[in-house]
Amino acid sequence: MSHFRVEIRQRAEELVALYPRARSAMLPLLHLAQEQDGYLSDEGIAEVAEMTGTTPADVRGTALFYDMFYLEPVGKYVVGVCTNIACLLAGGEEMLEHASATLGCAVGATSSDGLFTLEESECLADCNIAPCVQVNHRYVRTTTPEAFDSLVADLRAGRLDHDVPSHGTLIRVRRSGGLHAPRAEVAAQRASAREARATRETK
Amino acid sequence: MADVIRTTVTITVNGRAVEAQPGELLIEAAERAGTYVPRFCYHPRMEPVGVCRMCLVEVDGPRGATLQPACYLKVNDGMNVVTDSEKVKKAQDGVIEFLLANHPLDCPVCDKGGECPLQDQTLAHGSGETRFVEEKRHFVKPVEIGELVLLDRERCIQCARCTRFASEVAGDPQIAFAGRGDLIEVAPSPTQPFDSVFSGNTVQICPVGALTAKPYRFSARPWDLEQVESTCTTCSVGCRIVVQSSGNRLTRVLGVDSDPVNHGWLCDKGRFTLDSVDGNEDTSDPFSAATRITEPMVRRDGRLTKVSWGEALGEAARILREAANEPHGVGAIGGAALTNEGAFAWERFLRGVLGTEDIDAQYGDGLDAVLIQSLPRATIDEAATAPVVVTLTGDLREELPILFLRLRESAVRYRRSIIELAFGRSSLRSVARVSLPVRPGEANLVAQALTHDGPLPLGLAFGEGEIGEARRLIGESGEGVVFVVGRPNMAESAAVLETALRRLAERFPLAKFLPALRRSNVVGALDMGLSPRLRPGRGFEPLASGRDTREQIEAMRSGEQRAVLLLGGCLLGNVLDVFSAREALASANVVVVTGHGGATLEFANVVLPAAVQHERLGTVTNIEGRVTCVTPKIVAPGSAWPDVAIAAELAREFGQSLGLSSVEQAARTIQESTGYPTLSALADASSDGYVVGHRGEPALRRALDPMAFPGIRSTETAGLGARAGATTLADATSSVAPRSATMADVRVGTGVDVPLADAYSLLVNVSRRLYDDGIAMQGSPALSNLRAVTTLYLNHFDLDRLGVTTGDVVNMNGPRGVARMPVALDNAVPRGTTEVAFGSRDASGVDALRPILDASKATIQVRLETQ
Amino acid sequence: MATLSAPRIVSSRSEFADSHTLARYLSTGGYVALRKALTMFPEDVATEVDEASLLGRGGAGFPAGRKWSMLRKSPVSYLVVNGDESEPATFKDHYLVERDPHQLVEGIIIAAYALQVTQAFVFLRGEFALGLERVQQAVNDAYEHGALGSRIFGSEFSLDVVVHPGAGAYICGEETALIEALEGKRGFPRIKPPFFPAVTGLYGEPTVVNNVETMSNLPWIVEHGGAAFAALGGGRSTGTRLFALAGRVRNPGVYEIEMVKNTFRDLIYDLQLGGGVIDDRAIKAIIPGGVSAPWFGPDLLDLPLGQDEVAEKGSMLGSGSIVVLDDTTCVVRAAWRITKFFSRESCGQCTPCREGSGWIERVMYRLEHGGGRMEDIDLLLDLCDNIAPGLTWPPQQTTICVLGPSIPSSVHSAIQMFRDDFVAHVRRGGCPHG
Ligand SMILES: Cc1cc2nc3c(=O)[nH]c(=O)nc-3n(C[C@H](O)[C@H](O)[C@H](O)COP(=O)(O)O)c2cc1C
Ligand code: SF4
Ligand code: FES
Repeated sequence: MSHFRVEIRQRAEELVALYPRARSAMLPLLHLAQEQDGYLSDEGIAEVAEMTGTTPADVRGTALFYDMFYLEPVGKYVVGVCTNIACLLAGGEEMLEHASATLGCAVGATSSDGLFTLEESECLADCNIAPCVQVNHRYVRTTTPEAFDSLVADLRAGRLDHDVPSHGTLIRVRRSGGLHAPRAEVAAQRASAREARATRETK
Repeated sequence: MADVIRTTVTITVNGRAVEAQPGELLIEAAERAGTYVPRFCYHPRMEPVGVCRMCLVEVDGPRGATLQPACYLKVNDGMNVVTDSEKVKKAQDGVIEFLLANHPLDCPVCDKGGECPLQDQTLAHGSGETRFVEEKRHFVKPVEIGELVLLDRERCIQCARCTRFASEVAGDPQIAFAGRGDLIEVAPSPTQPFDSVFSGNTVQICPVGALTAKPYRFSARPWDLEQVESTCTTCSVGCRIVVQSSGNRLTRVLGVDSDPVNHGWLCDKGRFTLDSVDGNEDTSDPFSAATRITEPMVRRDGRLTKVSWGEALGEAARILREAANEPHGVGAIGGAALTNEGAFAWERFLRGVLGTEDIDAQYGDGLDAVLIQSLPRATIDEAATAPVVVTLTGDLREELPILFLRLRESAVRYRRSIIELAFGRSSLRSVARVSLPVRPGEANLVAQALTHDGPLPLGLAFGEGEIGEARRLIGESGEGVVFVVGRPNMAESAAVLETALRRLAERFPLAKFLPALRRSNVVGALDMGLSPRLRPGRGFEPLASGRDTREQIEAMRSGEQRAVLLLGGCLLGNVLDVFSAREALASANVVVVTGHGGATLEFANVVLPAAVQHERLGTVTNIEGRVTCVTPKIVAPGSAWPDVAIAAELAREFGQSLGLSSVEQAARTIQESTGYPTLSALADASSDGYVVGHRGEPALRRALDPMAFPGIRSTETAGLGARAGATTLADATSSVAPRSATMADVRVGTGVDVPLADAYSLLVNVSRRLYDDGIAMQGSPALSNLRAVTTLYLNHFDLDRLGVTTGDVVNMNGPRGVARMPVALDNAVPRGTTEVAFGSRDASGVDALRPILDASKATIQVRLETQ
Repeated sequence: MATLSAPRIVSSRSEFADSHTLARYLSTGGYVALRKALTMFPEDVATEVDEASLLGRGGAGFPAGRKWSMLRKSPVSYLVVNGDESEPATFKDHYLVERDPHQLVEGIIIAAYALQVTQAFVFLRGEFALGLERVQQAVNDAYEHGALGSRIFGSEFSLDVVVHPGAGAYICGEETALIEALEGKRGFPRIKPPFFPAVTGLYGEPTVVNNVETMSNLPWIVEHGGAAFAALGGGRSTGTRLFALAGRVRNPGVYEIEMVKNTFRDLIYDLQLGGGVIDDRAIKAIIPGGVSAPWFGPDLLDLPLGQDEVAEKGSMLGSGSIVVLDDTTCVVRAAWRITKFFSRESCGQCTPCREGSGWIERVMYRLEHGGGRMEDIDLLLDLCDNIAPGLTWPPQQTTICVLGPSIPSSVHSAIQMFRDDFVAHVRRGGCPHG
């Protein structure tokens, strides 16, 4: 019995197949689990543990190493405002305060309507358009309080549904096929080359 | 490989030249040379990770002298190391200061206070004052992360010992680091508690008070504790332990780093059952396994009544004497919980005084004792270093947990091969090189497939590929191969496996065998002759004949055997055919010598109270034949006596003397008359003992590092043995070693007839669980909640075929009736088979397997029905 | 005046809105270099890269050709491309993965061919949602186009590329942490030795890790020859480089300019580049190579943008990010924010890094927000010294990876250069800037 929806499970299995070892698919699988549930549910963690061959404690512990995974439900839109050095110099802290007021939630919290979660981000690598704001890890490039407010209005009105899908870093990332390189053949070639070299060197 | 040239390298430590093994870790080389480098995360039994940075020392390199972790760096020739410079000292002080920055410093209320490596290192290396004025990190404290372990995250120093133990050693990361940076914490999953059977080890190796054991918590302060070194007798691996008490109350058992046996690890059953010893003394219900039997009792007007020793011995003697007048009129069952000396005393009493040969220390759940004696014996070390190990056992993690750890390490860390005959659920499966599914009754066919190159017998659940790989690994003669052999399935006649074993032993003459008999000192009891054809000192008497447990039960039922002496009170909890056993006990007079109560006592005419583990002195013999000392730590309660004394006094009632007035004398007699090293082991209580029949160089036990094994006070302060942990045969020159059995002595039965399974039935595999229904589990408040839930495990094919899923309750129709049990999915169970744990109880607490087990059948079939 | 005559090597398509598409890539010379490379012996491709003297663009600046040739003996199993770009104020890889993903893919195929590996992974920062889409699309297109997969362009050479998302952890930029993350674990950097993942990398096998920008240079180098690349720049710092300019400048952005021929002043003040400081304020300090690097004062503005030139002055060009602090900037606040970053991003393995970063951050917070004590300043220096003994650059370290000794850089620089500001903070009971 899979907790993942059929489509998610299939994508997950395809991802596992891309790696020499199943555990390597951990991060992409966790992204998928979060895409389905909006956060990492116990069931999602259990399924990732099963697919990567480890325990729920290990998956949970691994997930919590990374900032992008949530163990509790978060808002439909996770708003990240960077306050790191370049943004700090461009008013990142003020932007964060403004965002908190506009969204009506404290930093690290979710708005009462469940729509927004506000985060203080570390550098988001878009420092020329500072302070940098991301919504669900899409750059929204709003650097003024006014621009931020109209962004929020657009999000609320659903006008940005295409640009800022709710949950899912990999929601539009699809590989068009599996692996193609003839691995066995290459391995055989490698082995014989290695052998040849070894005999050459022992001579 | 035999003649590897042993080269050494020379390194310089603080200006002094030091010899080291190439590839050795710097921290160890320095320590051997007398330079102790401080440490936290390093543990000698795990791979180094070099994270705590406490062990930084200066090492010359291409970029000049730099700080390097001594626990991670391997020595190489010419390496120049400085461990005492200002720079090193500053770095180490810095690490201590950083560690203490967020540490709560709640030593006065901390269990670890007084034996805490962080405390010790702080005194030795810390600066003594704090510059940290900030608010410390706060967590809810403590959290219960499993049934037995509590976690106080504020005290954690992130050394990763516990998480590494869980993933690297136990192979089951039920606890793991979660989070990042200074928010990192050890955590289980909310959906799966830390219920590993090895969880207590994490508590033992935690260098601070972050992990504490629920049973020990707040029960004592380290400076109140006294300790002795001893041997764990919970199973037959014989782990070395220290037993600590506060006054006459047992408080704690810790694993000792014994190189040939347990490497410092213990299973939770061995670690925590101590509370079954001074268990629930207040209950006086003799039929409860949680009760300690402290006074002699005889049956008066149908009720067990406390009496004096004299009266009880007189009554026992009367019963036994009367029965002994007839041939086969009296016999004895049990004895695996005795010390060697106790077993020897009873053997003398039974053969010498009562004149009976009907003696059996096994309950019909083991293997033919003569066969076991005749197989070339491997040591645990040999099994754990053999290039190829073949297991014919139940789940070793459940049966002999520390042997499981040793074999798992061999496979995972040293990449050696395990070939597993997979009878059912097994924790070694994931690390086994080859896993051959075996259904009940098929072991001999599989042995046939392993021993002959011909085509595979029909119907086996694996293919040519697997068997070919297994044959290739085992090789022509079995040289270097160790077979670990136990009794994987209680519902299958032992003859099935015994036939397979004989076949393997004959075909692979250079292979060795490690018996996986599991009950505490069963090997010692057999070596002391508690078996029809065996004699003390691992001897064998070809002309003898006597009755084993099953035959005695039949003889009692038919009225031929009129009395039985039970050495231990757990017959009914262990015998396969409880139904027949109850009938047998009901029709015979029963004398029980025991330290614990139990259902068997309902049938007792006389009960003689015996001292149990941690209360008595003696030696025990583990599966490999290692004889080690068990040491008393507390005084036995009430009027319980050691077995040697009980046997001697009972003999006196017959007007005879056993010539054994003390345990020492028994040990001396055994050693002098047979060469069996009981006296040597007894004289050397804090050594790793002596392996019967092995002559070898005495191996020095490594000095105990309190950083690695906190809680065990070091050699000097507690007198623990830094001395030889030797594998030498005792020097008993005057002895005449008795003749041991050889393969030719093994009685070949008429062969087993394994009936074909019908298409509607499932073959039953009754396997062992560590958390079973035995005295230790029932008597230990800490463990009694952990007993496994009764479940029938099935493969998904069979679940589908029956149309049931996990959690559904089914009727199981067996040869003697119907049992109701829930089912669960487990694809490790071969198709056409169902697996259930021995000692399973149904919803009303009744032994659920009684309708199913029938010891007269080769295999057992059941039909499952949904209602 | 800046020297802007050098060709644009990695940012040539920047004026096209559809620069990320295969069509645009093909119409602007895409995959020509790969076809050429496939006609050469793999060793000869590697030799070109060696001759180009292409320094790694990820931070450590190790020559790519040297890294590869160190491995020739044992066949390399995996090529891993580092697109984790999380060093604060660094945003040039972001630019490359979104604007020119095909150039990156072509570079990867060329490197894989030179190394004769059949499996490559591109590790992209998880926060690059669009970048992940674009690079995956480019990989899909490349398969379709015959540039990836079995027998590339009809040659004997086959390669698979897998795009792997990160999930938000700066430390995964460190190459061994990245490998751990790629193995599905926590991003704990591996302890050295071995010093290169080259020896025991992904799954314990020989692995080459290179930065996105390093890879993106390869098509040009193969097409024009290593010598042409080496003719640009100066000294060991050949070719052009993407500089990410941020902070108090008029035109922050990513600029590709020739190394060594240009100075910090050129980059900051040239009207085609940074365009000068906002409001024409004076420069107080610059952070020359990401927040791990020790700071420079305005006296070093005329230092050429070259690896060795910067190293000689006790800092590093690092990730190619340059942050300008002007005289309105509170250096205590800036250094505090940088320490806060390190404290949040320490992986947590090593005691000095885990505890030290948090401690320093809290002391810096007090200094900036009130509650600072005079003795805190020397306490800070001593704590820094316990993480990076001697406080030299390149640093000594008490930790496993270089994140640890990067923590002190900004605090140490700020105290050393602007001790008076710290004293003022203590005296005022907080930041005098308000
Ligand atoms: C803490 C830390 C963070 C790093 N982050 C990155 C990064 O985000 N991207 C990157 O390419 N290299 C980063 N590096 C450098 C890599 O470890 C590695 O040197 C580089 O990817 C090699 O590629 P190159 O030789 O092409 O520069 C980081 C190093 C450290 C110590
Ligand atoms: S220095 Fe810091 S980031 Fe690097 S391994 Fe150690 S704790 Fe982790
Ligand atoms: S780093 Fe060596 S003991 Fe912890």
